[in-house]
Amino acid sequence: MPDWLIIRTFWELTVTGLALGSIYALVALGYTLVYGVLRLINFAHSEIFMVGTFGALLASSQFLSIPLLEDGNYPYRTGMTLIIFLVFIMLIAMLFSGIGAVVLERVAYRPLRGNGDAFGAIVLAFLTAFIVSLVFVDQAKINVIIALLATAPISYAYMRFFKQGRKAPRLAFLISAIGASTAISEAVGVWSKHGRDQYQTPRLLEKKTLFTMFGTDVRIDYAIVIVGALLMMTALTLFVNKTRLGRGVRAVAQDAETSRILGVNVDLIIIVTFALGGVMAGGAAMLFTLVYDQTRFNIGFILGVKSFTAAVLGGIGNLKGALLGGLLLGLVENYGSAIFGGQWKDVIAFVVLLVVLMFRPTGLLGESLGKARV
Amino acid sequence: MKKSVLRVGASMLVLSLVGVACGGSDDSSADACEGNSKIAFFGALTGEAGNLGINIKKGLDLAVAQHNEANPDAQIDVEAYDSQGDPDQAPALADKAIADACVKGIVGPAFSGESAAVNAKFEEAGLPLITPSATNPDLSKNGWDVFHRALAGDDKQGPGAASRIVADGKMKVGVIDDNSEYGKGLADIVQTSLGDKAVELNSLDPEAADYSAVITAAKDAGVDAVFFGGYYAAAGKLAKQMADAGVTAQFYSGDGTLDVGFIEAAGPAAEGAILTCTCAPKDSNPEFLKAFQDANKGEDPATYAAEAYDAASVFLAAMKDGKTSRGDILKFINSYDAAGVTKQLNWDEAGEVTGSAVYAYEIKDGAIKGIGLIK
Repeated sequence: MPDWLIIRTFWELTVTGLALGSIYALVALGYTLVYGVLRLINFAHSEIFMVGTFGALLASSQFLSIPLLEDGNYPYRTGMTLIIFLVFIMLIAMLFSGIGAVVLERVAYRPLRGNGDAFGAIVLAFLTAFIVSLVFVDQAKINVIIALLATAPISYAYMRFFKQGRKAPRLAFLISAIGASTAISEAVGVWSKHGRDQYQTPRLLEKKTLFTMFGTDVRIDYAIVIVGALLMMTALTLFVNKTRLGRGVRAVAQDAETSRILGVNVDLIIIVTFALGGVMAGGAAMLFTLVYDQTRFNIGFILGVKSFTAAVLGGIGNLKGALLGGLLLGLVENYGSAIFGGQWKDVIAFVVLLVVLMFRPTGLLGESLGKARV
Repeated sequence: MKKSVLRVGASMLVLSLVGVACGGSDDSSADACEGNSKIAFFGALTGEAGNLGINIKKGLDLAVAQHNEANPDAQIDVEAYDSQGDPDQAPALADKAIADACVKGIVGPAFSGESAAVNAKFEEAGLPLITPSATNPDLSKNGWDVFHRALAGDDKQGPGAASRIVADGKMKVGVIDDNSEYGKGLADIVQTSLGDKAVELNSLDPEAADYSAVITAAKDAGVDAVFFGGYYAAAGKLAKQMADAGVTAQFYSGDGTLDVGFIEAAGPAAEGAILTCTCAPKDSNPEFLKAFQDANKGEDPATYAAEAYDAASVFLAAMKDGKTSRGDILKFINSYDAAGVTKQLNWDEAGEVTGSAVYAYEIKDGAIKGIGLIK
């Protein structure tokens, strides 16, 4: 065997690649679910992930008030405390992302489907008033008061407009998605406590070696990420395949109009779809902070692009495709950077995507959320 | 379809013509400043390396505040242009600074990448600049008359860092950079200076979260030291992930890492890291240290604050001397020769300051400690 870097470090690259790939896969599920049901590429999903990392940060540093350092060392926890804390942080992150995704759907997409409701109108009205007020004053408190006062009349106007039930063209959804993405990340960049700086999340889990495989130490955090991601994906697949709501998701993915006629509450199913994607992104966010201990207002950007790539690679709209695409992308990136050098990491990922799409235009496993073989 | 394209094209043409016309009128009023003269800060106040810019601005603010106190009838204002250290955002801000007739001088641009992107604009506009921090050696090789820097460049820092690494007895040094103008430039110089002791480990993306690929390569090469050329946020992530991966190599980096942000990002993994800088330690001038602490609630001046103070004081001396136009101020700077708080301030043709001390710093007990001059 030749003495190449990739061969010498193959197993180590595999472990780290699988860990990052698992996170890609979890985020990719959000893209895939929404695409499967709405044929919409939800570009703001990357920010839902970012919101999840901040949820994890708040959960650990505020709700559990864990400091970044205790006596100059990491605030390690052990045993049951550790497990309870990690589960709690994950639930909060999922809650943040899940709520974020649902609000996003109601505000940024539903009105475009000609189906806007009071909730979307009120949030949109508040945002409109807030942003317009920024032109005149720049004191957060006064802006909020002005925005609250103006919310009622503006939301009334929006409701009148929504009632016409006009459907926007497909392109409008894309613009709305990109706009929402920028708005969410900039809002965190401008108004969060440390603005655009990097945030550190407390490290609870001591990164010990769990076991050694093929001469490579497998760290406990990587193991948790890979196993955790697989468990979450199994749960999601079971939900989509076995439950009543899951059947609704598949039905709407297949044919929204027919499902509506047959009595499926399409709007509810869409909310469920966004919530599922959000919860998966929240889980991914918590696992991400577990390994990297950090977040930023734009943390979702690169990761979002990669996850979307993973979804397309595996076949967008296909749950198993998201898993396959995510893991494959994580591995290819790592192997590729060992062969060509770290600065080629992203190039390699996209070259692989292009090559796959040339031979399999619908991705490795094809689009299939709506098909029988979910 | 074609028609509408034409229409859009035509309206854009009209708009751009209007833009040119407006630009023209700005130029003619270059010396028509109404109100106080301004010294501008140009660099990152937010973003990946915002702390470094904040240090600079504090040094500038102090110098201007002292001037304004001593000269109540000749007040000077500070204008801040926050580029986020981003070469893509800098040109528009540079145009803004140039268009403001009251801006007589620039303390900055803070980083090398943005300097490379905008200094030609300042040269064209004849707007003098003294950077307290942009250390890429190539910057002084463009023949820019307006360019000056208040500290030695990386052609001094790099060999200094390399000699420190060699003096520490390191035999195999992994060299990593962040692919920025500054980081790559410095890393390349360090690598050249180290000669066959260096192992090139390529670049990493400072915005990325995961550096495992480069760390795996470092582990595989069996390095006993790592030099990183880049800024503190990425350096912190790298040092932390290296420690997590069980790499025990000594961590070295340059002035871009010399910030508490590095310690925050790396946590306990920052301990023992050795950083070099051509900037002076905070206690090199006790008078400045005291004045700075008094003005900033006891806070110590951090990286580049003293250099920024020096840069600002040269502009202030020019204004005090009755120079009001950008051209006269530039002439004044080019012939300036006086002691600053960090070093003797006088510049050669290329804009390099005389004096080329390289200092070493160590992270100890979660704080930056000066450990003296190299060589």
